Amino acid sequence: MNRILMQGNRVIGEAAIRAGCRFYAGYPITPQNELTEYMADNMRRAKGGVFIQAESEIAAINMVLGASAAGARAMTSSSSPGISLKQEGISSLAADELPAVIVNMMRGGPGLGNILPSQGDYFQATRGGGHGDYRTIVLAPASVQELADLTMDAFELADRYRNPVIILADGMMGQMMEPVEFNTPPPRQYPECYILKGMGRGKSKFIRALILDAIRMEEHNWKLYRKYQVIASKEVRFETFWTDDAEILIVAYGTAARIAKGAIKRSRELGLPVGLIRPITLWPFPAAVIQAFAARVDNFLVFEMNTGQMLEDVQLALGNTARIQFYGRPGGVIPTPAELAKVIAYQFRKK
Amino acid sequence: MKKIFSRPKSLKKAVFHYCAGCGHSITHRLIAEVIDELKIQDRAIGIPPAGCAVIAYNYFDVDMLEAPHGRGCAVATGMKRVLPDRIIFSYQGDGDLAAIGTAETMHAANRGENITVIFINNAVYGMTGGQMAPTTLLGQVSTTTPPGRSALLDGHPIHLSEILGQLPGTRYIERCAVNGPANIVKAKRAIKKAFQYQMDGIGFSLVEILSQCPTNWKMSPVDACKWVTEVMAKEYPLGVIKDTKA
Amino acid sequence: MKGTIKIDGDFCKECLLCTTVCKNQNLRPAAELNSKGFHPIELKEDAECNGCALCALVCPEVAIEVYRE
Repeated sequence: MNRILMQGNRVIGEAAIRAGCRFYAGYPITPQNELTEYMADNMRRAKGGVFIQAESEIAAINMVLGASAAGARAMTSSSSPGISLKQEGISSLAADELPAVIVNMMRGGPGLGNILPSQGDYFQATRGGGHGDYRTIVLAPASVQELADLTMDAFELADRYRNPVIILADGMMGQMMEPVEFNTPPPRQYPECYILKGMGRGKSKFIRALILDAIRMEEHNWKLYRKYQVIASKEVRFETFWTDDAEILIVAYGTAARIAKGAIKRSRELGLPVGLIRPITLWPFPAAVIQAFAARVDNFLVFEMNTGQMLEDVQLALGNTARIQFYGRPGGVIPTPAELAKVIAYQFRKK
Repeated sequence: MKKIFSRPKSLKKAVFHYCAGCGHSITHRLIAEVIDELKIQDRAIGIPPAGCAVIAYNYFDVDMLEAPHGRGCAVATGMKRVLPDRIIFSYQGDGDLAAIGTAETMHAANRGENITVIFINNAVYGMTGGQMAPTTLLGQVSTTTPPGRSALLDGHPIHLSEILGQLPGTRYIERCAVNGPANIVKAKRAIKKAFQYQMDGIGFSLVEILSQCPTNWKMSPVDACKWVTEVMAKEYPLGVIKDTKA
Repeated sequence: MKGTIKIDGDFCKECLLCTTVCKNQNLRPAAELNSKGFHPIELKEDAECNGCALCALVCPEVAIEVYRE
């Protein structure tokens, strides 16, 4: 398989097509337009591939809902404000137990914000995002290669659990170019009985989220809840970097994790024993992994490009068992490894 | 004696939850008769609205997919593009289609999606208890226009079918009523044509049905049927708005 | 032309639309109530029905079946 140099946004598109995505609906929004344009160019390459530039983000997610129910691997993409618009649709996908992949290339916020990379949508992505008791699986790539791999995994996870899956990256990851190798994913295995394509010679069925009877609605909610428990027990992913002898552990994901690795290398040169825990699934969150480290380490530094969102999950995981500090730059600022290294040094001295 | 009229096969044997005299009930039966006659029960997929007909899947014996409020035409677009040989129809009320769903309706029509849309216009928001709809008439009392709709404060009633007729992507648009035998026969013919156009690959078709709503108009069913002809049809004239094959 | 109709009283909601279209005025609400509290429509005993099916056409509840010779 060839390694090629390719831009992050386009890599997501290529990975999706290779994973069998046959329906894409999107709307232009910076900084992910290259993905939408890539799908416009390339969906027709795939047999039966459909590309629609929808009239709005809302229309796009609803087209994805229809396409998914009709049996296609379906995807939409956007950036922060557009993802806000899609929340009712995502809640509906979860309620209907329909697979779909939603890509969020985060930008500065809140509101219109700006077009620079940030990590301000962590709460939105990991707390359901829309109304009601549901979760989406959230995958956080930290390299262009991971954009490819996790996009392919996203379709497989969405099918396996019949749930929407969010790929949470950011503007920088979408714009940067790195070498990438595309795997060949296995062909789709999705039971026909979940696909709505006309009753044929069988019985008619319907897919709906409205359940007027409270007891039956409660049952449905607990059923979804049990599914999320299964996902939480099986699908946690994370990476650890130089944690064996660490006395300070940084917790960071995505672009922040890359910056953290640079900061850690600098800090290590100065003899500071610092390591990194990098969640790859933000939901389910690798709480148990972080808790396990707290047995040995009592100094955690959460580093995000926001004002403190994953921080709360780390606090939930650790409680009072360790000291938790936070360093964050919201608004589209891209922190530097040197800057973070200074923070680490200060953390270490404070101890 | 031969049985010459009975429940269509595509209509489940269930008592409608719709009010006595409601246009939904009649229209449901007409659609089911059309599905039977065109022999498309096996490949029709319907999309109910948010509104009184939200549980239309309890009545139509075809596959159905619920759409979020107003988004029926976007959901239908997604389905039709993935399953072009299935007959996809969206069934929407005036709020669903012409208020919250205006963009989705207009753009599906503009793209010329090969779908069939049944637009139930009762000039009011039925399920939620009688609030103003985009199609509420000037002077009409509703729970959110207690003194009657005012052009100054609430705007004019929208004639969305006429607006859609202006779009080059639409093929067949007709406005009908179901308030009496003659109109019911015409409505069925229009619905059948709208489905046939999809089967023939001609393009976007929409049938608007002026639908009596005795409960929210605060009239008896018989009087509500009269009101459709004497008042509503004056604002929304019945007839073909557009019919073109290309 | 001779005809007759069968009305499923449990489906009837007494909207009275059928009574307005029957040319022979064959239809009226029954004295009894159905399980929903409506007086279901019934065919009068001396009714002369020709099976025109206008009643079934307007009936919102699909409560009427029509027979014709």
